[in-house]
Amino acid sequence: MPEEDISRRGFFIAVAGVVGGIIGVVLGVPAIAYLLDPAFQSSAKDSWISIGKLADMPVGKPYPFSFAIVEVNGWERTSTSHGGFVLRKSDNPNDLIIFNSRCTHLACTVNWHADAQAFICPCHDGKFSVDGTVLAGPPPRALDRYTDFRLTNDGTLEIYYKES
Amino acid sequence: MWKKAYEWLDERLGLNDLYKNLLDRPEPTGTWWNTLGSASLFLFILQGVTGIFLMVYYTPSPDHAYDSINYIMNGVAFGWLIRGIHHWGATLMVLVVFIHMIRVFVTASFKYPRELTWLVGIGLFILTLGMGFTGYLLPWNQQSYWATTVGTQIAGSVPFIGDFILKALRGGPDLSALTLQRFFAAHVWMLPAALAGLIGVHLYLIIKHGESHFPSRQD
Repeated sequence: MPEEDISRRGFFIAVAGVVGGIIGVVLGVPAIAYLLDPAFQSSAKDSWISIGKLADMPVGKPYPFSFAIVEVNGWERTSTSHGGFVLRKSDNPNDLIIFNSRCTHLACTVNWHADAQAFICPCHDGKFSVDGTVLAGPPPRALDRYTDFRLTNDGTLEIYYKES
Repeated sequence: MWKKAYEWLDERLGLNDLYKNLLDRPEPTGTWWNTLGSASLFLFILQGVTGIFLMVYYTPSPDHAYDSINYIMNGVAFGWLIRGIHHWGATLMVLVVFIHMIRVFVTASFKYPRELTWLVGIGLFILTLGMGFTGYLLPWNQQSYWATTVGTQIAGSVPFIGDFILKALRGGPDLSALTLQRFFAAHVWMLPAALAGLIGVHLYLIIKHGESHFPSRQD
């Protein structure tokens, strides 16, 4: 059939097809983006977290700190608590150890006992020395440490938190 | 090649017959008023598709219903578009179905042999209103909460059995999590399933009887 002989019916079928196709694409692409949106969100769960002023932390005595990580998934928020101790070994701002207070045995929170000069876990009596090594009890290894830290210009100590 | 593939399929599926009977059937000379039934069907499908998409992110719990819709509107790519189409499509569907009904009444198309098409159509109209009523509560904001409070109270004003109707609608004496949950169930399964079934009957009757002629001056 030559081009100029297109029938009224053929014309309407073609127009309906083209208009329908355009509507399909205009609605279809956003619909796919809508469905797959969570897959495009960045999943990085790391950030710098302020844990206190360096000036407040005494030399030679573990300084406790805690922070909460809030995770937002759509309309739901989950908050998890974390804690640790800063041990300044000298006046040098970089001469310090930052412990994670999670016991390496079963993840209870250890406390600093000044009289025993040790971190003691309340769950199974795990005992760690002031530099984190295991003194007694079931823990399989020394206390974990936050190794990435930095000092901001106003003297705040920050640690780099990464979900492990 | 394509022609051969099509012929193979047609022989087994009867595509040509389907096309001829469903889309190419003879029609009386009509006007744009004759397109309202197809428009209603299109809106029903559109509401179904956007509704399914909304269900990916919506949750029918009093704690999170409002937040989840907030998230659809502000957090998800094109969520505002999907919900916007569903929101305005709902209003439009009630309007189009109602005008369709008026048209059928005015042109007397409900007469023999189409009485059952008309009766099924009344059922479709009531179900469409039911969809509007149940869907209105789902955002769980002040407006929808109080609209449903009033709406169910109206149903509760029926003599003798009003209190029972009210409690059946709300799932208890007060608007609660149960109300939201049963309105959700009605909105996404019970009413749409009933609608789809009745639409099937409605379409079958239309194809069986054909569309009616508009009455002429002599009628």
